[in-house]
Amino acid sequence: MEVVQKYTLAVLVENEAGVLSQVSRLIARKGFNIESLTVGATDNPAISRMTIEVMTDESHITLICNQLRKMFSVFSVKLLDPEQSIRRELVLIKVSTPTHNERNEVIQIANIFRASIIDVSHTTITISLIGDDSKTNAIEDLLREFGILELLRTGITALERGTHTIYEETKERGEFNYGKNVL
Amino acid sequence: MRKNGSEILMECLLEQEVDTIFGYPGGTIINVYDALYQYKDRIRHILTAHEQGAAHAADGYARATGKVGVCFATSGPGCTNLTTGIATAHMDSSPVVFITCNVQTFLMGKDSFQEIDITGVTLPIVKNNYLVKRVEDLADIVREAFAIARSGRPGPVLIDIVKEVTSAVTEFESLPRREHASHGRLAALLQRASHDFRPPKPDTDDIDKLVEILQNAEKPLIITGGGVVRSRAHREMLELVEKLDAPVAVTVMGGGGISGRHPLVTGMIGMHGSEASNMACGGCDVLLAVGCRFSDRVALDPSTFAKQAKIVQIDIDRAEINKNVETYHHIVGDAKRVLQLVNERLKPANHDEWKKYVFSFKTETEYAESNATLSPKQVLGTLVDMLPRDTIVATDVGQHQMWTIQHFHFEYPGQLITSGGFGAMGFGLGAAMGAKVGNPDKVVLHVTGDGSFRMNCNELATEQYYDIPVITVIFNNGALGMVRQWQTLTCGERYSQTTLDRGPDFVALAAAYGLQGRRVTNVEELQAAVREALACGHGYIIECTIDMDEMVCPMVSGGSPITQFLIH
Repeated sequence: MEVVQKYTLAVLVENEAGVLSQVSRLIARKGFNIESLTVGATDNPAISRMTIEVMTDESHITLICNQLRKMFSVFSVKLLDPEQSIRRELVLIKVSTPTHNERNEVIQIANIFRASIIDVSHTTITISLIGDDSKTNAIEDLLREFGILELLRTGITALERGTHTIYEETKERGEFNYGKNVL
Repeated sequence: MRKNGSEILMECLLEQEVDTIFGYPGGTIINVYDALYQYKDRIRHILTAHEQGAAHAADGYARATGKVGVCFATSGPGCTNLTTGIATAHMDSSPVVFITCNVQTFLMGKDSFQEIDITGVTLPIVKNNYLVKRVEDLADIVREAFAIARSGRPGPVLIDIVKEVTSAVTEFESLPRREHASHGRLAALLQRASHDFRPPKPDTDDIDKLVEILQNAEKPLIITGGGVVRSRAHREMLELVEKLDAPVAVTVMGGGGISGRHPLVTGMIGMHGSEASNMACGGCDVLLAVGCRFSDRVALDPSTFAKQAKIVQIDIDRAEINKNVETYHHIVGDAKRVLQLVNERLKPANHDEWKKYVFSFKTETEYAESNATLSPKQVLGTLVDMLPRDTIVATDVGQHQMWTIQHFHFEYPGQLITSGGFGAMGFGLGAAMGAKVGNPDKVVLHVTGDGSFRMNCNELATEQYYDIPVITVIFNNGALGMVRQWQTLTCGERYSQTTLDRGPDFVALAAAYGLQGRRVTNVEELQAAVREALACGHGYIIECTIDMDEMVCPMVSGGSPITQFLIH
């Protein structure tokens, strides 16, 4: 077995019913658990973009990419290099703050992380934070001692840095299109 | 012109020049069959005994003719009965369009009678599938489905139509097939997937590199796979083999991709491959695989498979490149086109020394013969001698399948019809009927075993009713021979549940279906039976009694290096 690590895929798909289950099924079929999956419309309402994080090894991620590229509802697949991509997720954390002191401390921590306080009650504070996983993990760690009542992550959404885009025509993309298009 | 969904479906089938459908009616698909009644002068429907038989028949028809097979079934059990057939077509890249109907929209998701989410069930075993909920979409989807089934790497496509669409009326204009690509969904698909939808020429630099690799090879080996058969590239393959003067091994699916009688053919490769093929694979310096996906029955152990060689793969499906075996160079494209381009550039080579080495090994297994019982070699030798050279051979799965492929020298694509990838026992009879329906002028031989035949022998009723003259030869060894062989070799001769010491009497069974047949125990009887089968012009069954301990040789066990024979 090769080294298992986290891979991030950006996938452009047709915005149609059933496509999400096709994509997730394909990954499940290879026996890998999806760490996170986000999906939403792009500037073209007919096209959705997914960001998928999956723990696997290099040969299997290639296999997954290749199988995805074959699907008729998939337009483009790109394996994102973590060093060369911007990764963001939204985290909402509801923290228990029964005392005035605790409330102040939590607010300070939130400020340091440039997180926003989006809801306050007599005994709780809810914080929203956008960042990559190192930042969100750090705040989670700090707030744990106050008592986290609820925490949720939207999952990573990612974009390549610089001039490159997912729409680029590469030789590999041409090879996959060939299979779809000999009509 | 205003038409209802069922009539639109018929018109769309006519656009695709479909003249034969295999299927089975039912409650939800009843309107489609009602329309079929009006179109029966133009579309022939063959009612099978079971939906699985219909699926295999449509598959066999597609493989033998190169056209798209069509199969109908109703909702629920009708379409789940298709699934083995769909998976078989999927694994062997056979173009079949399956059309099923589902319950009305208001009944969907309510566990209604004969309801199943068949698009969900078949997702992993189709090239694409559709659920049609609007009659306005129907024609467009059918056109796209046929295009997808036959394009690129062919495969099965399923269209599930909800019942009310089959009676809903809409405007319909017939469109000739050549215009489909510039209309509707198909036009959008083509535009989207690539800016130029005509088959792009494979990169010339890649072709030049391939030619250079081949030209510098001292010990080249070519593998002919199913892709050569699919693209009907047998002439181009022959030219390449002769120009390169290279030995050529044939996979199970590649049978007929090059004439099996050609002196450069080393025989089958893989688990039951010939010594020459497997040893050549272990000794070559360049391995050119054409339309071959290095399945675990060929590349038994991918980590040692042709490790010493530069592996070059030509495949139409980019996802097959580097999937099972790491390659040195690859070309994505249709085998026929790529080989044409290679042949144009290739200078004739000579590899006498390498050939001498390869052909010092056996290309065929020398099976021992005894006079006591009929041996597989005698049966197949007799069939090869007595049947016309262009006989189409459909097999089931097991020992008889391997023996048939070892003994027959298939000469053209579509001559061998076998479930190579999925290994579905019960495939043979349906597939043979489909092949015969598509090729009424050719003799169709169905070779099967007693285990496989019992699975779907109900299709004898179809064979008899439609008078589809298939000659069925049953290798009756009273056992599930291939599993028994493994039990002999790897389970200490503990024959767990593989002995078939039970009925039926196959000749009596054939008679019950109104077909002639004979049980034979020696070559003379077999010859007489074959003569009778050819003369009678109807379906015919020949049951050959053979010894249950006959083995398929040689054999390399799964996961072992290809040159490490377990038995010779």
